[in-house]
Amino acid sequence: MECAVDAQSLISMSLMKIHSSRTQRGGIKLHKNLLVSYVLRNARQLYIKEKYAEIYRMQQYEEVMAVCSGIQELDPLEPLEQQGAEDAEPEQPGRAALCGEESRAAGGREPEPPEPAYYRSCCMEDQFSQNCNKTTVLDLDTHVVTTVENGFLHQDCCCAAAAAAAPQCAPGAAARKRKVDSAGCSPDLEEPADYTAGRKRLKREECSGADCSPDASNISNLISIFGSGFSGLLSRQAELEQVCSKQALASLGAWTRAIVAF
Amino acid sequence: MGLALLVGISATFREPDHLTRITQKNRPGGDMQWCFSQVKGAIDDDVAEADIISTVEFNHTGELLATGDKGGRVVIFQQEVEIKSRFVSQNKNLPQFRSEYNVYSTFQSHEPEFDYLKSLEIEEKINKIRWLPQKNAAQFLLSTNDKTIKLWKISERDKRPEGYNLKEEDGRYRDPNTITSLRCLKVAFLLQVPVLIPMDLMVEASPRRVFSNAHTYHINSVSVNSDNETYLSADDLRINLWNLEITDRSFSVPIGDQNRNSCDIFSCCITPCCWRSLTARSSDIVDIKPANMEELTEVITAAEFHPHQCNTFVYSSSKGTIRLCDMRVSALCDKHSKLFEEPENPSNRSFFSEIISSISDVKFSHNGRYIMTRDYLSVKIWDLNMENRPVETYQVHEYLRSKLCSLYENDCIFDKFECCWNGNDSVVMTGSYNNFFRIFERGQRRDATLEASRENSKPLQVLKPRKVCTGGKRKKDEISVDSLDFNKKILHTAWHPQDNIIAVATTNNLYIFQDKVN
Repeated sequence: MECAVDAQSLISMSLMKIHSSRTQRGGIKLHKNLLVSYVLRNARQLYIKEKYAEIYRMQQYEEVMAVCSGIQELDPLEPLEQQGAEDAEPEQPGRAALCGEESRAAGGREPEPPEPAYYRSCCMEDQFSQNCNKTTVLDLDTHVVTTVENGFLHQDCCCAAAAAAAPQCAPGAAARKRKVDSAGCSPDLEEPADYTAGRKRLKREECSGADCSPDASNISNLISIFGSGFSGLLSRQAELEQVCSKQALASLGAWTRAIVAF
Repeated sequence: MGLALLVGISATFREPDHLTRITQKNRPGGDMQWCFSQVKGAIDDDVAEADIISTVEFNHTGELLATGDKGGRVVIFQQEVEIKSRFVSQNKNLPQFRSEYNVYSTFQSHEPEFDYLKSLEIEEKINKIRWLPQKNAAQFLLSTNDKTIKLWKISERDKRPEGYNLKEEDGRYRDPNTITSLRCLKVAFLLQVPVLIPMDLMVEASPRRVFSNAHTYHINSVSVNSDNETYLSADDLRINLWNLEITDRSFSVPIGDQNRNSCDIFSCCITPCCWRSLTARSSDIVDIKPANMEELTEVITAAEFHPHQCNTFVYSSSKGTIRLCDMRVSALCDKHSKLFEEPENPSNRSFFSEIISSISDVKFSHNGRYIMTRDYLSVKIWDLNMENRPVETYQVHEYLRSKLCSLYENDCIFDKFECCWNGNDSVVMTGSYNNFFRIFERGQRRDATLEASRENSKPLQVLKPRKVCTGGKRKKDEISVDSLDFNKKILHTAWHPQDNIIAVATTNNLYIFQDKVN
């Protein structure tokens, strides 16, 4: 691939194209937007893979370092908790990388929640609560108007993918990576295909990059208009077996419906 | 023995068929030398958006050439052949001639509209023009924008009635009581029968049918059936079948009304004629809209009827597939009879694979045995009997494969190029950037890149083949990929059905080139 442009700028470019198509004369062009959504999906797949690879590399490095230092310092008669505490150390950089600057290192280990496939990223909540509003969508053909309520972010694809694709990770690593905010948000057990999930994840990915886009507010507004998952794109692709990708794609909303409403 | 046809005389013919066909037959089918013939349109570089040409189409004889533009106008050119032969030497058996296309008729086909229900503006841009085969003295064509298809009648008038005496000298209508017949000679005034007297030729275009409210999505294709009774129209998700039946009962035009204009006719002609939908709206012959729009993965990009089999049509998709459907199988042709698809080359996989595999145009060959498709980088020719791969693939501008990212950024990657066959299906043509267009000779496995530009516009100037330098040292006369002007694109081209005359549309100009005769 020739691209000097990285996946992240392709993602924002694609979103801007979809956004500007709303104001184009002649109405939204279904064909063009479908093609743009394919680019968006491809770019996101690559971005997620790269992101995960980076996390995995860092994790491997940290674990290796921890083992090395453990071998040097550890007295074989020390209690196990100490070992556990030191094991927790490498989690945090991974977690930070995952959650970006919004993640706050929780002091010590928190009780591991049960193994759901998704969690609520409450650290994001305050920032995006203004986007948690209702979206009205109009189907072009049936003229049925539905109101869809935004919810909260529900899953962390990278965690699940990390668990799936990196068997060498500690089995509990995925669980430990999840953050439960002390503000007391209860985990929401809505369906993984919730459209809001990937939407906010997308936002988070973009902000966690080195160049947090100056038009983040535009993108978040754009994201807020996306509807339900674009699941049709998934089933056709063999490489979309990862849970991660599935959930990522859920963010590519039913823009054909949602956008019309505006 | 020389054919001393016309020595020192130049004549203007309307029907050059016998001469042009002779030319075609004499040609061994070998190399073509394209010469500039004419260019139509404004010269200035500042292009008005309404003047952007959006479709080009020859009629079935090639005598008429229609163009549609973004402003909703249709301009029709008519061919007039001028025979210029001074001395016919013994070496030359045929006179030299050249065809000129001159403006025949211009009319406003579509106007911008506003859909109040959806708060959407409907562009007046003409997406497609298709001619109907000629049945009588008048010509008919279908023109369509995103939502509405119109059937236009183009007729000539060279006589007008004169001698009405319905009015007094001062212009007031006479009292009907004073008008009498020959039987009653009470008043020395008799109703006169008007007589037809010659006048300057006037070409009139009048809308005969308006087919509206049938497409939710944007119309991309129109195709007339070989039965000359039906036609199809295709949008992103559906294909409709229509009946062309022309009746003139839905409106009346008073004879002799000098103020008649097409708008009056238009307002009378309101009944859409979708022959399948007399009872229900479900008159689609293809519907690929999924029950859940979130599951949408592909759209229809083009559709065409088979040139001879009135039950067969094809449609192409954004995924690079072509489906051939037989209307005899079922009313709704959701199951294709044949599916033409070539597996993707995995080494070419990129972010933009889906975009560049989307088919922008599909055309049957004149003999009905082949289908030609155009995607972003190539032209493919498919044999109807082989579904798993094309029989021929021509690279139009492979050097753009490494530039897809920038082309995505400036939206050029979404450009929809058309393609066309020549009269005997031996050569195909398509457009490219920098006002280049490509001609592929199938049998000779030869291709040429030519340019439509004002610099090469001297009369009968032979076009020099162009070459794009893909890397390394640029030779003289070559142009490097980075110097290509991506704003100058040739999307629409058309080939005369019988002769080697081609019409090539740049942004706002129409170029006509001819193969050098003799």
